[in-house]
Amino acid sequence: MLTLFKKDVLLEIRQQYSFYGVLLYVASTIFVLFLAIDAPESQVWNGLFWVIQLFVCINAVAKSFLQESRGRMLYFGALVSAQNFILAKLLFNSVLMLVMSGLSLLLFYLFFGNPSLKPLQFAGIVLLGGWSLSLVFSFLAAIAAKAQQNAAIMAILGFPLIIPQLVILMKISATSFSTEATVPVTALLLLVVLDILVVLLSIILFPFLWKD
Amino acid sequence: MNRWWWKIACIVLLTYTFTAGLLFDVPRVRILNETIRNLYFHVSMWFSMMILFTVSVVNAVKYLRSNKLKYDIRSRHFAVMGIVLGLLGYSTGLIWASYTWVDPNNAASASFGAIAREPKLIGAAIALLIYLAYLVLRDSVADLDKKARVSAVYNIFAFAFLFPSIWIIPRLLPSLHPGGDGNPALNYNDIDARMRMVFYPAVIGWTLLGTWIATLKVRTTYLKEKNLLS
Repeated sequence: MLTLFKKDVLLEIRQQYSFYGVLLYVASTIFVLFLAIDAPESQVWNGLFWVIQLFVCINAVAKSFLQESRGRMLYFGALVSAQNFILAKLLFNSVLMLVMSGLSLLLFYLFFGNPSLKPLQFAGIVLLGGWSLSLVFSFLAAIAAKAQQNAAIMAILGFPLIIPQLVILMKISATSFSTEATVPVTALLLLVVLDILVVLLSIILFPFLWKD
Repeated sequence: MNRWWWKIACIVLLTYTFTAGLLFDVPRVRILNETIRNLYFHVSMWFSMMILFTVSVVNAVKYLRSNKLKYDIRSRHFAVMGIVLGLLGYSTGLIWASYTWVDPNNAASASFGAIAREPKLIGAAIALLIYLAYLVLRDSVADLDKKARVSAVYNIFAFAFLFPSIWIIPRLLPSLHPGGDGNPALNYNDIDARMRMVFYPAVIGWTLLGTWIATLKVRTTYLKEKNLLS
């Protein structure tokens, strides 16, 4: 599993175009937003941020399965078990998405200022959110790749699934924009439970997708 | 599948629902008044939608365990019937809301924006979108076995998200919709004993009707795909 993870990291370092592609995507969307609106109020800021996160995640994660050619999948199939493969992918996508979340947060601070009153808490929520998004979309990317479809079908499959998580995330992150509100612990726990659920379901269901 | 007693039960229960639901005495509640009778139709349709979706998922699991295409066919048709009942639930809810929630001083369409923000409506929309996406996914794969496998996997995965979106999240958000705390309609304080006498048969009746239509479609598909299934 760790070897597979290393392979993905290595591939990412060698073929940097995709990484930079996503990076450029993040930067240019935020720049377009910057040109379109100046100084959004905190609620708008929050909403825009999570929408951008969603699209960044789709772009960053979509290629993780689509890049593997059929032959290479068969080769992996002979070498490692399905569980290890999906775990390696989940791990890699999580790391990728954490990096991307951090970067887009920095860019948002840079372009739109920082309306958050508890920046550390907000950063934590952002990382948790990025992780949740990446887990769900990794598995959906696996499904989409199996259906031999592009990222479009992934978006169709993913949006209804991700809405509950996004709603919780926006609700939690809205608390870091006011001084009196505290983080709702139940919502936070629910998010973590959902993440664990996704990992478990991926481990259980991926072997069925894997065999051809 | 050829047993017929439950079809008669379905007809009897639904006839009972319609007659008793429209004629029996109901408690007087402020604002709701006579529209409370919609409970037998609106709420029970959502119940049977969830039951049909559950049947669909159970069949998806069965398919993955056995690789028999008949389970896949069942899973699909039950999902479609679930969507139909969900749409019916929406339309009955629309009628109900137009008497209770809509601001009587403005045109009904002016209240739409406020009503559409209702967490329960969003949760239901998510449920329908998930299963519509399921149908899109099915049609996008040409190979029969692969189609069945991929869509069964998505079905199970999506169902795991359906529960939080319908049962948990609406309770975390403020809502005008009844049933925010506890188990809506199952709670003994929520509905009157007289209403329960009609409500539970109504749920069973609508579910049986959905099952009936779904099994008809399943059986025609069986006949069409006879050479594949044998």
